[in-house]
Amino acid sequence: MSDTSQASTRPGIWRIAGQLSRTQYWLFAALGLFIPFALWTLYSASGWVDAIFMPGPWSVATRLITWLVEDDLTADTLISIYRVASGFALSAALALPLGLLIGAFRPVEALLEPLTDFIRYMPAVAFIPLVMLWMGIGESAKISIIFIGTFFQMVLMVAENVRLVPMAQIEAALTMGATRFEMIRLVLAQSARPAILDTLRITMGWAWTYLVVAEMVAANSGLGYAILKAQRYLKTDTIFAGIILIGLIGLVMDQGFRWLHRRLYPWAQARG
Amino acid sequence: MSKVIIQNVGKVFERATSPIPALENVNLSIEDNEFITLVGASGCGKSTLLRILAGLEYRTSGTVLCAGQNISSPGADRAMVFQHYSLYPWLSVIDNIKFSRQLKVNRENLSSSDVEAASGRAEALLNLIGLNKVRDAYPNQLSGGMQQRVAIARALMGRPSILLMDEPFGALDSQTREVMHDLILHIHRIEKTTIVFVTHDVEEAVYLGQRVVLMQPRPGCIHSIFPVPLPAKRTQDMKRGEAFRALRSEILARIRESTGITTDLDMLEQLNLQSAES
Repeated sequence: MSDTSQASTRPGIWRIAGQLSRTQYWLFAALGLFIPFALWTLYSASGWVDAIFMPGPWSVATRLITWLVEDDLTADTLISIYRVASGFALSAALALPLGLLIGAFRPVEALLEPLTDFIRYMPAVAFIPLVMLWMGIGESAKISIIFIGTFFQMVLMVAENVRLVPMAQIEAALTMGATRFEMIRLVLAQSARPAILDTLRITMGWAWTYLVVAEMVAANSGLGYAILKAQRYLKTDTIFAGIILIGLIGLVMDQGFRWLHRRLYPWAQARG
Repeated sequence: MSKVIIQNVGKVFERATSPIPALENVNLSIEDNEFITLVGASGCGKSTLLRILAGLEYRTSGTVLCAGQNISSPGADRAMVFQHYSLYPWLSVIDNIKFSRQLKVNRENLSSSDVEAASGRAEALLNLIGLNKVRDAYPNQLSGGMQQRVAIARALMGRPSILLMDEPFGALDSQTREVMHDLILHIHRIEKTTIVFVTHDVEEAVYLGQRVVLMQPRPGCIHSIFPVPLPAKRTQDMKRGEAFRALRSEILARIRESTGITTDLDMLEQLNLQSAES
């Protein structure tokens, strides 16, 4: 559209790589969430499909409340969060130093990166039978599956974060007399921090996916298990409630990581 | 004895297809406290030579001595200022300047009075570059010119015996450049550092240098060395003087000669020929 009135100097929002004001952004975000919700409401209210297969928002919300009040939603959620946090923390504890070494030293890269790539392509789900044979169905089994699902991706992403540290930052430290260890501690690790936090944010999403996989196969508690159990009894409202809840927890965690990023690394934000 | 002695230095870049000679038979001596500028067309190896001096690049032949010591790796005695992106964005201006204080090379055999002197020096350098007002700002809040001033102060912090500058003002606008020129000359007088400055801008090379080293490409080597017939203390109005303009045109003519291109029209013609061939 060609709006040539002299008042409209602000470029249109549909321009490629254009800008949105904060209000406009939230407006579109709300619209994006509302449209599928409205479609769902209409579809379930239309009566085209049996409520057993497609419960409406109202029955899902009711179920969420009864789950919370009468059943053990809190315990299910907490055990799931505990598993994700453990698997994720274990994965991060190993991936951060290892990724740093791969990113810093070519020989370590050559030694570990092809190997990691190889393992990364093995589906984590395929390890479940093996993990169950080795570890039974205790907590360690679930945590191991989350670990297998996230660790190998995380290592490679952290290594890439470290490799993207600008060469000029590294060379400046070299000409100031930095040793190898000082370079890793004072330049590489520092410079890559914001990118690594982003990596953690993204891999956290994957950790949640593998949690549900692990709980569906080898658990008797947690949100994933509750979803699987609900399928046996055709309680679709519980399935919907569980899926939406997992989505919400993911959204909150993601926003938490973004908030942390803005809070911890104001120096990494683009110039306004 | 000269501060820096470069003898028969050569550099061949090993490539899979065929090795590329970047520098051949380079000989140069740099005196203590000299301000020397390296200028030449792109591909003449001026940056490679500077990086060999820094120890960031290795030479494939010849010797390089700095203060009598053979150079084989980077060291705190040869600080370098890069064209851009070398500041540490997570550190404030003053912490960037102080960065080298954290390094072991500067912490050995240190008395408490040295530590005090060092923090005094950081503040003095901040003063020297005129950025007291943004002492605690982060690099992403500074303009390009301010960032380069911080990079210069940071490089000077460890009192290097040579300051190597690789097109440090190449990304700045011309007004900011002029300010930076006078600043770096002022710093050279006060700090008494030896400065080796690489640029592709002939005017900059003549205005800053006590000697201008002209390099030529394919393979990179020194074409000639011009002593600059201007007083040690330079002022912007010298640029309009006869001596300045004569030397500038002389060097420009030599650059055109060494690249085999005399005018832009010639270059266009060459491009046309090349595209016709392929």
